[in-house]
Order: sequence, then C-alpha cells, then structure tokens
Amino acid sequence: MNVPTHYVLALSALMFTLGVLGVLIRRNTIVIFMSVELMLNSANLAFITFARSFGEIQGQVFVFFVIAVAAAEVAVGLALIVAIFRSRRSIDIDQISKLRG
Amino acid sequence: MTTDLIIFLGLGFVALATAISMLASRNAIYSALFLVMNFITVAVLYLLLNAAFIALVQVTVYAGAIMVLFLFVIMLLGAEHVEASPGLPWQGPVAVLLGLILAGEFGLLLFGREGTLAQDLQTAVEGFGSPASVGLELFRNYLIPFEITSVLLLVAMVGAIVLTRRERKESR
Amino acid sequence: MTSIELGLDVGLFAYAPLIIFLPLLGLLINMVLGRRLGEWFVGTIASLAVASSFVIAVLQFLALNSHPEGAQVLVADWITIGDLDVAWSLKIDTLSVAMMLMVTGVSTLIHIYAAGYMHEDVRFQGDPGRYTRFFVYFNLFVAAMMVLVTADNYLMMFVGWEGVGLCSYLLIGFWYEKGEDGIGNAVAGKKAFVTNRIGDLGFMIAMFLVFWQFGSLNFDQVFTSAHTAGAAAGGVITAITIFLLVGAAGKSAQLPLHVWLPDAMAGPTPVSALIHAATMVTAGIFMIARNHVLFDLAPFSSNLVALVGGATALFAATIAVAQFDIKRVLAFSTISQLGFMIAAVGMGAYVAAMFHLVTHAFFKALLFLSSGSVIQGVEHGHHHVEHGKKTRGAPFDPQDMRNMGGLRSKMQITFMVYVIGALALAGIPPLAGFWSKDEILADASQANPTVFWLLVAAAFFTAFYMGRQILMVFFGKPRSEAADHAPESPPVMTLPLILLALLSMVGGILNLPGFHTLTDWLEYTLEHAHAAEFNLVVAGFSTGLALLAIVLAWLIYGRVAMKKGKPDPLRRILGPIFVGMHNKWWVDELYNFVIVRPYVALARFLAKYVDWRFWHDWFHDIVLARTFQRGAWWLSKAFDLKVIDGIGNGLGDLTKGAAARLRTLQTGYVRNYALSVFVGVILVIGYFLIR
Repeated sequence: MNVPTHYVLALSALMFTLGVLGVLIRRNTIVIFMSVELMLNSANLAFITFARSFGEIQGQVFVFFVIAVAAAEVAVGLALIVAIFRSRRSIDIDQISKLRG
Repeated sequence: MTTDLIIFLGLGFVALATAISMLASRNAIYSALFLVMNFITVAVLYLLLNAAFIALVQVTVYAGAIMVLFLFVIMLLGAEHVEASPGLPWQGPVAVLLGLILAGEFGLLLFGREGTLAQDLQTAVEGFGSPASVGLELFRNYLIPFEITSVLLLVAMVGAIVLTRRERKESR
Repeated sequence: MTSIELGLDVGLFAYAPLIIFLPLLGLLINMVLGRRLGEWFVGTIASLAVASSFVIAVLQFLALNSHPEGAQVLVADWITIGDLDVAWSLKIDTLSVAMMLMVTGVSTLIHIYAAGYMHEDVRFQGDPGRYTRFFVYFNLFVAAMMVLVTADNYLMMFVGWEGVGLCSYLLIGFWYEKGEDGIGNAVAGKKAFVTNRIGDLGFMIAMFLVFWQFGSLNFDQVFTSAHTAGAAAGGVITAITIFLLVGAAGKSAQLPLHVWLPDAMAGPTPVSALIHAATMVTAGIFMIARNHVLFDLAPFSSNLVALVGGATALFAATIAVAQFDIKRVLAFSTISQLGFMIAAVGMGAYVAAMFHLVTHAFFKALLFLSSGSVIQGVEHGHHHVEHGKKTRGAPFDPQDMRNMGGLRSKMQITFMVYVIGALALAGIPPLAGFWSKDEILADASQANPTVFWLLVAAAFFTAFYMGRQILMVFFGKPRSEAADHAPESPPVMTLPLILLALLSMVGGILNLPGFHTLTDWLEYTLEHAHAAEFNLVVAGFSTGLALLAIVLAWLIYGRVAMKKGKPDPLRRILGPIFVGMHNKWWVDELYNFVIVRPYVALARFLAKYVDWRFWHDWFHDIVLARTFQRGAWWLSKAFDLKVIDGIGNGLGDLTKGAAARLRTLQTGYVRNYALSVFVGVILVIGYFLIR
C-alpha cells in the first residue's frame, strides 16, 4: 500500500480524538474503557505506520508489547469495574464521585 | 487516485464509522461489537502496512480475547444501559470543542509542515514485518522485555482474580 | 683549645633546646605521676631534670670553647606577620651560656636542698600533698629562666620574663592560705605580681619602641641598625633604654620598685634562694647586659642606671641593718647587691656586673639556704618544746633573730657555711664576693665618683649587717627554748650548702685580677668589655671598711650578748634613724598613702558610683531595662498582636478562603478530571506547535 504517510497518521489521529471524546462524553464505565482501547489502537496504528515509513522493525515489536500490556490492563481494569460495581451497584462513572472536595 | 489510496480511504472510512458508532451507541453491547469491527479494520490496515504478524495478534488478542472479555463483563453486570442522570450538562459540548481543537492541532502537525511525512510510504523490503523477522527481533534484542511481559501478564491475572474474588463472609 | 683536641664539634650546639625541654619533661613527669611516685622520686626527678640541664649547659660551654662566636639554634618559627618575623631561636653565646651555667648549676644544688627542706616544710605547714606541686613550679621556673637567657629576640625574652614572673608569683603564694590574716602570703604574691607588672609595662613599651624604630625584634638586627643609626636615633634609643631600665627595676627590685622583694620572702626558703636571690632577680642585669649596645649609645640612660643602682645599694643596705627577720635581712641585702650590679652595668662595667652576678648567686643562695636550715632547726626545736609542754604556747616566729642566738654549737655545719657566705658577701678577701665587689668598686672609682661613694657606704653597711646577723643568730646564749633545742639539718640539705660554700670561697678565680678569664670569655659577646685594673687603694680601703664594720658590729652585738626581751642595742645609739631603717624608710607606707589608698578609694568610688549607681542603677535598670520593657510592651500589644498576628492570621485566612474556592474544582467526577488532563494535553501540543 503506497499512500502518503500522513494520511494514515491522520486516520490514527482522528481515531485517537474519537477515543478521547468517548472517554469524556460517555458515562458508561465499560464504554469509557473501550474508548481507551480505541486510543491505544490508534497509537498502535501510528507505530506501524512509522515502522513501515522508516523500515524499522522495532515499531512492530513495540506494538506487540503495547498489545500485551493492553491485555494485562484490560484484565485488571475489568476486574476493577466488577469490584466497583459490586460496591456501588452501578457502572455510571458519575456515581463514583467520592473524590469531591 | 491510485488503487491503494482508494483501498485506504475505504478502510479509513470504515474505521472512523465504526469508531463513531461505538461512541454513539446507547447499548454497550453494540459499542463493543462496533469496536471489534474497528479492530478488524485496523488489522487489515496492519496487513497492508506489511505487519502481518501484528495484524494476526490484533485479531486474536484484541478482537478475540479482549473484546470477548468486555462482552462477558457487560453481560455479567447487566450494564448495557446507564440510566440518564442530570450530572455535568456542559461536559459534552466542551469535550467536543476540545476534541475539535485537538484534531485541528493534529492537522496542523501533520499537514502544516513540509517533510518526509508528505511522501508516499516506501515499498517495504522483502520479508519486512514477517513473523520470522518480528520473532527474531523479539528474541534477540528484546528478550528481557519479552520475558518481563510474561511476568506482567501473570501479575495482571493474579490481580484480576484477587480483585474479583468475593469475600467468604459475604458469600455465606 | 681547638675542637679537634677536645673531639667536640659544633654539633653540640644542637642539644641546646634540651636545656629548656628537660626541665619541662621533669615537670610533666611529676605532674602526671608525682602523686604516685612518692616524695623521693619527685625530688629525684626534678633534681635530675635540672642536673641534666646543667650537663647540657656544660656541653654548650665546651662547644663554645672551640667556637667562641656562638650559634643560633632554631627551635621553631613562631610569628610571621608581614615584616615581623619572630622565630624561637636560641642564642648561644658566652653571655647566655654564663647565665645557663650559673642558673642550672645553682638550681641543681637548690633542688637537692629543697628535696630535703620541703619534706619538712610540707609537714610543718600540714599539707604533704603540695610537695609535688612545689617541684613542678620549680622545674617550670628553670625552663622559663632558660627561655629568658637563651632568647635571641625581645619577644622571646619577654616570654621567659613573664614565665619567671609567673613562677615567682606562684611560689611566693605557695602557702597561699597562710600568712597574716590567712591571706598574707597571697597578698605578698599579688604585690610582687603587680609591682612586676609596672616593670613589664616598661619592658613592653621599650619593645614597641624598638619595633617602631628598627622594624625588628631580633637582638642582632636591632643592634646592627642601632649602630648604623647612631646619634640619629639617639632620642628614641634613650627612651628605649629608660623603659628597659623600668623593666629591669621591676624584675631586679631596684628603686623605686623594690618593695615586692622583701615581701616575697613569704615563699618557702628554697624559693627565696633560687628565684629571689640567685636567678630571677638577676634577669634585669642580664637584660641590660644583653642590650649593652643600646645602653652604650645612650649615656644619659646609662648614668641613670648607675645612679639608680648606687642609690638602691645604699638604701637597701641601711634597711637591712635594722631588720629582725633573718630572711628579710637577706632580702634587703639582695636588693642592695642587685644595686651593685645595676650600678656596674650602668657604668659600662658589664663584666664586673656579670662577675658579681655569678658570685652573688653562689653566696646569696648559700646564705638563704643556710637561713632555711636555721629556720627549720628552730622550728624543730619549737615543736620539740611544744611537744614536751603539751599546751600550745604563744605564737612563735621561727624567723625572728631575737628568738635565736647561740646556734653556733647546735648547728655547726650551718654555722660554718653561714660565716663563709657572710664573709663573702661582706667582701673579705680572698672569698668570691671580695673580687667581684672590688671590681665594681674599682670601675666606679674611675667612672663615677658619686656612685663610688654610694657603693662604698653600702659595702660598709653590708659588712655591718652581716656581722650583726651572725652575732645575733649564732653567738651568745639562746634567747628561746626553741633555739636551745634546734638540731642540725639532714645531709641532703647540708651537702648543697657545703658545695655552695666551696663555690663562694673559690668563685673569685673566675675573674682574678691579672687573669681575667671571665672578661676574655665574655668579650666575644660584650664588645670592648674592659677589665678594670686591680686597684690596691680601693681594695684596701673597702676591705678595711668592711673589717671596721664587722668590728663595730662585734662591739655592739658581740661584746655584750643581746639579752632576751631587750631592745636592739643599736636603737639606743641611732635613735629615730634606727626606727626609720626598721620601718624600711616608710616606703611601703608612702606607696600605700600615695598610690594604694587613693587607688582603692578611686576603685571604691568607681565601683559604688560609676559602676553601681550609674551603670547598674541608672543606665542598666532605667535606661536599658525600662526602655526595653516599654519597647517590649509596645511591641507585644501593638506590633505583635496587630502586625505579626495579622500577617499570620491573614495568611491562614487567605489559604482557607482560597481552599474553600478551590475545593469546588474537585467535583469528584472522574470525567471532569479527564477533561482537565485533556486541556493540559492540548496546551502542551499547542506549545510544541507554536514553538
């Protein structure tokens, strides 16, 4: 695939922005979490693009590690959500406002 | 308009559309499914970008394992819907505004300057991104991080079990 | 004699510092271990330290024989400030070695004597623990005296000068809780110290003037500069020498600063012998001899020195005639003899002065030590009598010659050595005192008639009071039971006496007319040290006078022995003059009236009015304390409460208010926090964009 590099990067950037918006707008904790995954994914896309652009395999290796870390993060994050749900009986993030000053 | 560009624009459209749909869906199940589609689209992009190994990992780990876990949790908690609550009426508009600003900044970053970014992606050398080359890189130069990753996963597994374990008192 | 014949070398000079450090070592050993070692060891170590010092002095003497030009032995660099460069460097020349030999030699004998004397003394005084302390001070004195005589600059000499002064003070007040009203000895020590301080001030001013004029404190450099400057610096040199004379008068007890020496007899007798007769008091003469270059350039000062010496010699001799305390007679005799020496240096007869200094050290040490032997004998007798009576009798003064008499048969060795010492002092040939005193008189007869007649008169009185003393102490019948039971002293005391008596007899060979050994020896240091020719007329005249005085003394005191309780027969003859002599011509009273009383009154006034009323009552209490209180009150009310507390509370309120407003930012909504993070991200990316 021979397209200008910044096209792919622009796609990555847009996906990232959408992920951010998801985090900021949605109240469902699980959807927020999925938005985070979307952001990670867009970052991965940028890595892959740069790896291709510079002909360096390290970019792909880095993505591999990101995916591995993401897997771990999802495991712990979902466990946390389950634990929170147990105590608050809700996954509405706005219900979790114990930090109010 | 080359074929490549057409293919890319198509895939990009699908990816963005699924991402927006994920955001817009009221039902969390739909969101998760849209995200799976998004991941698969991106995996196809990886394939086209000479990252076959990563593309397969993306499909199996992300689209497969992780998203199944999401769906499982959603169904376990019955968290498809969140009741409408009054909180934070200005959060949405402000977030959209800021998102636009961020997108603009990215645009400026990517398109605002001259440089190598504007060139076409170079044709990759033979065997670039093949599982063999990635494996060699992983086990030669990144052996220790690779092994540490396994420990990280183990810790995450144990952590998940500890966090979700019910206290015995409660169970009785 | 050359160095090859003797097998000796200049290397011997290198041992010179030991002469100071050996006594220091001795005192350190005694200080640390003295209590455990016991009296015998303490006395032995102290005596050995000084004796080895004497050996070093002899080594220096031998080295000097082959290298008469002397040497400088650097011990340490001391002070280096800009142009001022003072090193602790020992000046080994004939003058200093002469002093070394005399001081360490006599000190050794006196140390040995003191080992016996103090054994008794600490028991009489009831504090045996002080035995060690005495020898620590004694060794310290020897070390300080060696620093003084070996100094090659004014500052180092001053260190030794003050060091011996300190030891003198410590030893005069050795029994500080004894004496009149329990503070008599301490007062005597204080008097000595304060009087010496006046002299020290003179020395210091002289030192400052030397540095101001010549830019150096080193003797050799100063003397060279003084030679070249010559008459150009005449005024300053005269001033320097006059101030040096003040210093010498303080240390050597010359008019008008002589008053401390008689009181210094409060110290134990070995102290009187060593410090206040043989060595320390001669420091003034040594100092003037050391500075002879300056004195030669200042004829006015030299004349003044000679006159002061002559006047002191006669003045003190007259007082000695009418004293009853055995040691006081000797004390005034010492002042008188020091006057002889000062007169000699004033007339440029430095060799004669040094000669008399050495012989005087022999026979005056002998006389003091013998008097100590007498005193202790009488004290023994007194204790013997008291013991028999079992009741305490009237207060008894073992030093009062009116309580003595007839000791000739009781203390034969002491009697014999005492007579030798007395005859030497009186100037009867061929004893040591005759030769040295005669040399001074011969010089005086040529140089200065006034001084000559003063000294002749003094010599006459000298012979008279010594005759009187011997007749009162040793002849006639005992005038107290104590004297009747006085035993002879132990050998440890009599042996040094015999040695000193021998020295007093033969000391004259140092500088016999015709040979002039000492003159030749000192010539290397004291340029143009002329030897006065032996003058048969002067010698015969002075000897005749001395014999006449002794006969006179016999007529008054010997022919009819003094009876117990009767007044002094001389009093009948001389009447009020005797009272004047007995009361030391009321010099103490004069000083008391003119200086001490007004000074004390002024001090009282200052203490009561200036210090207490003015400074304390008014300035402190009212001005300072009240102002401070008012200020503090105002500060606490107005300033502290309003301003300081205002600042503190204001800061607190500010924080509280700000916090109350800021806490609303903490909505507790995670999405809000994420939003603010997002804003930060946008700002950072924006920054990178516009950079």
